[in-house]
Amino acid sequence: MQSQMKESYPILEVENLFASTNNLPILKGVSLTVYPGEIHAIMGRNGCGKSTLSKIIAGHPSYNITNGNIKFSGENINSLEPEERSQSGIFLGFQYPIEIPGVSNLEFLRVSTNARRKFLKKEELDTFDFEELVKEKLELVKMDQAFLSRSVNQGFSGGEKKRNEILQMALLEPKIAILDETDSGLDIDALRIVASGIKKISNTQTGIILITHYQRLLDEIEPNYVHVMADGKIIKTGGSALALELEKKGYEWTDNFVKET
Amino acid sequence: MVKENLVKDVVKEPYKYGFVTDIETEKIEKGLNEDIIRLISQKKEEPKFLLDFRLKAFKKWQKMDEPDWAGLGYGQIDYQDIIYYSAPKQKEKISSLDEVDPKLLETFDKLGIPLTEQKKLTNVAVDAVFDSVSIATTFREELAEHGVIFCSISEAVKNHSDLIERYLGTVVPASDNYFAALNSAVFSDGSFVYIPKGVTCPMDLSSYFRINSGDSGQFERTLIIAEESSSVSYLEGCTAPMFDTNTLHAAVVELIALDDASIKYSTVQNWYAGDEEGVGGIFNFVTKRGKCLGKRSKISWSQVETGSAITWKYPSCLLLGEESVGEFYSVALTNNLQKADTGTKMIHIGPKTKSTIVSKGISAGNSINSYRGLVKMGTKAKGSRNYSQCDSMLIGDQAAANTFPYIKSQQPNSEIEHEASTCRISEDQLFYLQSRGIEFEEAISMMVSGFCRDVFNQLPMEFAAEADKLLALKLEGSVG
Repeated sequence: MQSQMKESYPILEVENLFASTNNLPILKGVSLTVYPGEIHAIMGRNGCGKSTLSKIIAGHPSYNITNGNIKFSGENINSLEPEERSQSGIFLGFQYPIEIPGVSNLEFLRVSTNARRKFLKKEELDTFDFEELVKEKLELVKMDQAFLSRSVNQGFSGGEKKRNEILQMALLEPKIAILDETDSGLDIDALRIVASGIKKISNTQTGIILITHYQRLLDEIEPNYVHVMADGKIIKTGGSALALELEKKGYEWTDNFVKET
Repeated sequence: MVKENLVKDVVKEPYKYGFVTDIETEKIEKGLNEDIIRLISQKKEEPKFLLDFRLKAFKKWQKMDEPDWAGLGYGQIDYQDIIYYSAPKQKEKISSLDEVDPKLLETFDKLGIPLTEQKKLTNVAVDAVFDSVSIATTFREELAEHGVIFCSISEAVKNHSDLIERYLGTVVPASDNYFAALNSAVFSDGSFVYIPKGVTCPMDLSSYFRINSGDSGQFERTLIIAEESSSVSYLEGCTAPMFDTNTLHAAVVELIALDDASIKYSTVQNWYAGDEEGVGGIFNFVTKRGKCLGKRSKISWSQVETGSAITWKYPSCLLLGEESVGEFYSVALTNNLQKADTGTKMIHIGPKTKSTIVSKGISAGNSINSYRGLVKMGTKAKGSRNYSQCDSMLIGDQAAANTFPYIKSQQPNSEIEHEASTCRISEDQLFYLQSRGIEFEEAISMMVSGFCRDVFNQLPMEFAAEADKLLALKLEGSVG
């Protein structure tokens, strides 16, 4: 199955990426290639650089790339603005979705969706057409319509915020989705809803990177590859079995790999 | 980081109302003394009571000191270096709009306020004021059919002197404050509105104030009277050309609402704010006050203050009538080196009076934006209530926001509630919106209009859309 995928072109190529914030190096040579249809899991201790990697791919202004490249659909995107990355099909599901008081969730989702549609040269949707579309997508994450009239993420519970992220992913139909600890703070039921939402949205054209600490999300969504990060590098890559082994042996086990490299 | 430069590039959105109309004007000499006041009064062919009103105000003004308690720190104003009357030259008596100088009509056209019969706005009657005089008022006949009087205050002095004599200075007495006294002495033009008993004004009324000349001050005076059970919605807009000197604008607005009457007064203030270094711009020192004289009367102020180098005003309500209602909804936005000290005074005098204050201050650049407000419950204000909400939003890390709520209560059976908050547009919020494909500028304007929504909802429809656009324009590139 995997060899079949490799006949296509990669969606995302991270090449020997070094990055820092406030002159503090965080990423120290990360390489990662994602092909359409692949699911990658990135695991590792807090502070190993997982979230930083996801933010840098999405274009967060607080980080500087000091070496290496990020390519999306073969194009170098190192200097693209976050909005340009989003419009062209990169999606970051936030670990801590941000609250935006006063901005209605519906309007936010509509403007966001239309920005992507404009890029895809699809017709932009007016309020009525968009409401139709969003109602359909709400089903995927079992969200109530009442969420639409509230301010973006304001007063949402942890689980509601995460579902709102997946709703955005469903609307934006990205080519690659990086989901940063989407499973954290979710109870079992919410985790299932979120996982089934992700599975329904993804297809053979989509690449997915799941950043997680736990096996339980990977029980729901089986990854093709599991990468273990430590100290700003990917120190080990394997199949889904690697995650199980990690679950059993703990991160202490990976400390030895760091010493080896 | 990378953003900062981008931001500074975009901030240079030019002030699009900054042009000067080249027109022959009749100006009197600079300076202020009794003779000047007599001259103004004479030019306007005023009755004696008004000249006396002016001279009395001038005497009071001479004895007053310029206030500095707001700490706005502007340089000395030389009151002898100002021209107190400047009017475009035109025929003495104009019987129709066709006789108005085409240059003036063109000016208002450019400002988006067409006045001619063919082009005039269909749902709003407009009184256009250019420097010291009113140029034209549209829809006068239509309004007259309903008994509504809408004209320049100079005309009202001639044709409705009984009303002027009875009400002028009854809400803002000449001795009220330094700038009100100055205005009372030298006011040139402004609008007059009278809504008779039981009449709901059939359309919105609007005044558009344009300062054209660089060396004259603008001292307009507006008086609105709503008789029993009448109602009116009045809008005010203002712009000025770009000059590198400061121009003084000291207006007085008085509103009077009788039993069951309601006045809604909305302002979009976009005077020239000066340049990025703080050179030039209007000093907007204005006294606005409404008197809810009658039972169940209501006065509602809504303002969007985006212009002026310095804005210093507190549109207020005197709640005399039992169960009368005062409201103040304000958005004040400052950028670059602008300063704003604005808010309201809600003076509860009668029983069961209610007031609501919603103030949203947005400070960007190196600006200072202060809310200053007074809520007072008098001894007879039994069962009265006030609710105040003052929110500030900071954009960038060089701007300042202050809130000064003053509360005085002499009535134990009254309620005063005050909420305040300060927030900053954070890099995380911007990144979140951008990571959803929303452009940087749009992300900011989405957050700002979200922040202002409570106030925008109070504005008349066309105004709300305009205000939204205006804020977006003013804020372009203000985030560092």
